[in-house]
Amino acid sequence: MGALLEIENLHASVDGHEILKGVTLRVNAGEVHSVMGPNGSGKSTLAQVLARRDTYAITAGAVRFRGKDLLAMKPEEAAWEGLFLAFQYPVEIPGVSNVSFVRASMNAIRKACGQPEATSLEFVPRLREKMELLGMETGLMERSVNDGFSGGEKKRNEILQMAVLEPTLAILDETDSGLDIDAMKTVAKGVNAMRSPERAIIVVTHYQRLLNYIVPDFVHVLVDGRIARSGGPELALELEESGYGAMEEPVPPAAGAAS
Amino acid sequence: MGVSTAASAIDIYRELFAEFEPRAAGCRLPWLRQLRHGAFARFQEQGFPTTHDEDWRFTSVAAVANTTFRLPLAGEGDLSAAQLRQWQWEGAGARLVFVNGRYAAELSSTGPLPAGVVVGSLAEALEAPEAATGALAQHLGRWADERRDSFCALNTAFAEDGVFVYVPRGKVVEAPVSLLFVIVPGSQPAMSHPRNLIVVEEQGQLAIVEEYLSLGGDTGAGVGLCAFSNAVTELAAGAQSVVSHCRIERSQPGICNLSTLRLEQARGASVASHALLLGGALVRNNVHAVLAGEGGDCLINGLFLGRGVEHVDNFMLVEHASPHCASRQFYNGLLDDCARGVYHGRIVVHKDAQKTDAKQTNRNLLLSDDAQIDTKPQLEIHADDVKCTHGATIGQLDEEALFYMRSRGIAEAAARRLLLLAFAGESLGRIREAPVREHASRLVRQAVLRITGGAKGEEAGHENEFAPGDPAQT
Repeated sequence: MGALLEIENLHASVDGHEILKGVTLRVNAGEVHSVMGPNGSGKSTLAQVLARRDTYAITAGAVRFRGKDLLAMKPEEAAWEGLFLAFQYPVEIPGVSNVSFVRASMNAIRKACGQPEATSLEFVPRLREKMELLGMETGLMERSVNDGFSGGEKKRNEILQMAVLEPTLAILDETDSGLDIDAMKTVAKGVNAMRSPERAIIVVTHYQRLLNYIVPDFVHVLVDGRIARSGGPELALELEESGYGAMEEPVPPAAGAAS
Repeated sequence: MGVSTAASAIDIYRELFAEFEPRAAGCRLPWLRQLRHGAFARFQEQGFPTTHDEDWRFTSVAAVANTTFRLPLAGEGDLSAAQLRQWQWEGAGARLVFVNGRYAAELSSTGPLPAGVVVGSLAEALEAPEAATGALAQHLGRWADERRDSFCALNTAFAEDGVFVYVPRGKVVEAPVSLLFVIVPGSQPAMSHPRNLIVVEEQGQLAIVEEYLSLGGDTGAGVGLCAFSNAVTELAAGAQSVVSHCRIERSQPGICNLSTLRLEQARGASVASHALLLGGALVRNNVHAVLAGEGGDCLINGLFLGRGVEHVDNFMLVEHASPHCASRQFYNGLLDDCARGVYHGRIVVHKDAQKTDAKQTNRNLLLSDDAQIDTKPQLEIHADDVKCTHGATIGQLDEEALFYMRSRGIAEAAARRLLLLAFAGESLGRIREAPVREHASRLVRQAVLRITGGAKGEEAGHENEFAPGDPAQT
């Protein structure tokens, strides 16, 4: 069986400016990967390209998700295949209630997979359970999607959606930014509850802090659009000590810790 | 262009008026004769407005001025009870139907009404003995401003039928009143001038829906107008009364729909005006509210949709003539294809209207590169202790939100539709009467589906539930 996600020499640019300069990454089911890197290194671009945001031009490379050409998919098609992106900046949608939004996405995905839509009896208890896990107030579901939510509420809402939709591959884009330590623990609890042999998670983050609570199997350091180093969770700790400065010159992963 | 054609056009109207007036309902009433003749004289003086008139800068009525319309004959226009059924909605109390501007008694029912409440045909009321001195004589023509607006003058000259509603002091009309004005186009272009008078006395309560639609009339773009409807409603809200008025226009593309709502509010009256403009070749929606008594409040809420080559012009004038009044204007516009929208919102605060609290917001979404909106807010303040704000925005569908929804598995067309419904839902959410809101929501949903090109089958039932905190859904 092949990898869940295979990224092969991916190049992406926006307005003629190249941001991803040859990313290669392989993620198997059951694994948790962390993509770390300084600001502007291309972390969020990578996350958005994978979620099929069309503002980026793919200039070279290939991505296969569950054996299929991910780059040929629309955002909704990627979601139907089981890809989920927790947004760095969750979008406010005034006038669309949170509960119906979550339900509409769940049913859209089910429908695309040829499954029957969820009944209220299925949906409501499942939503309640996940909300409890994330310590969310029920009132948030009746409000418009993310509209007037605090930073922490927005991030929890992303994790809630992930928990309800049960994706095969979840990408968390800087889910830790703007969270206090309690909120971070709650969010991590939600993410850890999702770990399973069938599912992979990619945690995109600038700081190591979240990785104390979501311990990854692999850590990759993205610098200037390329993966400069890959390693185990100890690499995150090393970065915490030395910062990204030491990584400015890309080093082939095989060269180990040499500088 | 209007000026040169006006002379010959006005000759035609003169002939029509000479024929109409001596036989019109209420022609024996001296006050009414005077009113009609005075109004016609004013129309002759002014002619049709042109785009040189500041109030008509963005809207040409040349198509109206250049078309020879006749008045529909009595009993003309066939409409069956079966055809009517498709337009009826749940929860209405009295249901009155007007075909080509004339009351159709056989299609109408007033149902049970509180003692003293009158809901009926204006033409019939004008023939009744009370017409000489009663509420009709006191109010008809008193509020509508025919000096400023020659269409209003034209309506008054030809005013004959429409609704007459009278709610005596302290009476509450529980179920919303439904007025259906149906245009049934004939072989020649015809015009109608519905005239409505709604008088709610002190502490009375009323909700009323004026709906304008057409049976056919889809001439296709550029073929010309097949009908012209020029409606005027005068609504006098007595002290501490609570009144909700909703106008729905959903004509076919061959029809020109002009309408004026003139609100006169006494002390402490609370009035809401809702307008949903969902179709028509040329739509002009005038709302003129005068807060004449202290402590009144007024909500002016509207949603206009345009597609194809439709032109929708909203002309709002809110006059604060007394202290401690609040007014809120919210108009949302949604324009697709080559449609053009206009929002003209003027707030006038008179000298003594201290502590005025007036707010005006116009939000527009343009769905195509060729759609256009002209928005013109205006404040004219003669008092010194007031709070007035206005704002207008023009934008496109939020691409971020679209991507967000799509990344959750919602297909692009469905995501667009949800965003449009959410935008429209803002306006719908301000309608407090549940049956009216539900009826309006259904029509708006259909109109939005037409804009997004959604197939009929796609109108999934659960989309009704998308509005946040909608009390109707619990």
